[in-house]
Amino acid sequence: MDGLQRGSAAIVGVAESDLGAVANEMSPIDLMAQGIHRALADCGLGLRDVDGLLCATILGGSSFMFHVAHAQAALQLGLCKVAVIAYGSTQRTIGRRQASVREYNPYETPFRPFLPSTAYALAASRHMHQFGTTREQLAAVAVAARDWALLNPVAWEKKPLTISEVLSARMISYPFTVRDCCLVTDGGGAVIMTTPQRARSLKKPPIFVLGCGQAITHANISSMPDLTVTGALPSGRAAYAMAGLGPTDIDVVELYDAFTINTILFLEDLGFCPKGEGGRFVAHGRIAPKGNLPVNTNGGGLSYCHPGMYGLFLLIEATRQLRHECGARQVADCETAIAHGNGGVLSSQSTVILGTQATF
Amino acid sequence: MERIAESPLAVYQAHLEKGELAYQWSPEAQKAVFYPRVICPFTGSDRLEWRVSAGLGTVYATTVTHPREGAPYNVALIDCDEGFRLMSRVEDLAPEAVRIGLRVKLRVHRPGGEDPAYPVFVPLDSA
Repeated sequence: MDGLQRGSAAIVGVAESDLGAVANEMSPIDLMAQGIHRALADCGLGLRDVDGLLCATILGGSSFMFHVAHAQAALQLGLCKVAVIAYGSTQRTIGRRQASVREYNPYETPFRPFLPSTAYALAASRHMHQFGTTREQLAAVAVAARDWALLNPVAWEKKPLTISEVLSARMISYPFTVRDCCLVTDGGGAVIMTTPQRARSLKKPPIFVLGCGQAITHANISSMPDLTVTGALPSGRAAYAMAGLGPTDIDVVELYDAFTINTILFLEDLGFCPKGEGGRFVAHGRIAPKGNLPVNTNGGGLSYCHPGMYGLFLLIEATRQLRHECGARQVADCETAIAHGNGGVLSSQSTVILGTQATF
Repeated sequence: MERIAESPLAVYQAHLEKGELAYQWSPEAQKAVFYPRVICPFTGSDRLEWRVSAGLGTVYATTVTHPREGAPYNVALIDCDEGFRLMSRVEDLAPEAVRIGLRVKLRVHRPGGEDPAYPVFVPLDSA
């Protein structure tokens, strides 16, 4: 056995906790517990079956894809039999500043960057300068996410959105208006993983982990080597190599859209379009519900839910799409999905490729 | 290993108090290192030399951040000619007029009171 093996673990249960604005005085642990309870019910396992728990968020929104790889390693080595990945956040009800306090950084704090949005705005400025990406193209990402959200009954946003509404919304950090930035909601959830053997005896069809990859490139945005190329390039390459698949083999794409530029950067770095073409690629509805590449089918962090660290929800949605449980937003005939997590200020990147029994 | 007598931040800050922007140089990597630190990120060596920048650079990335209260302000990444990048802002220019590629020159900003000095930049041709 050398390294992680394609399909050596499966996702068998997924669930969200309450989302949006949860009941007063609910804690992050309450939401985790609710998510775990629902995810166990989803696969027919009980709390006593669980012998592995992964719930740290040191790598921000990408933590959950790292957890998938670590859970897969533990399952493959027999260190545990049922692993739970869980998350909960009440950042909407308690306020963002209380939820995630930032350390003083003597090399950045004096310039009052509004983090993380200022850092992602700097990356967007570079993309616009080098490749001619426009604010309208960034806005197309937000509009596509909203169109998907309108098909998702639990999405936070309920009204249609237009390009001009994105452009004329309150400016946050140029070129981003508030509509280029992810939501601030509460929310949590859980993902249950087990061995392929055990997975086949459970309630739902298993969704296999075909590939994983990770990369960490920097902590602060001023240390990012090139603001137009993210660690999704090496993390994606590693995940594709393990899965034996390439971007053209992927049916459903779930990308961490903390800001509209993220979707464009990750589409490029994960090979769905050439570097620099992302803006033109997303224009004219290509990633929207009627387009030819389904991206962020739950409505994304931009329109569905964003409780601080969103990565877990990408895994939940990818799994549900591959199980064909998604109702009005279901992608037809999908057998493979990519879920890509992002943490910090484009700092840590982690990719998971999932597939149905047909791909394994 | 020798005990570190003065933190990288303290050395950097002392240079700023003298009106200088200091950075580190890694002789093994033949590269500039910024922010100042104990171990070279390129080689893992603890041999890092201090150098003082000529204070000339180019805007690499720029944004205008809009606080809920108060005037919008510039935040930029500056590529200094010695080969290191830092976060800063460009002054003496409307924040939205700061462009990628603009040549800039160091100005040490002294906020006063207990707050330490920090490096900002101004357009080179107006300096």
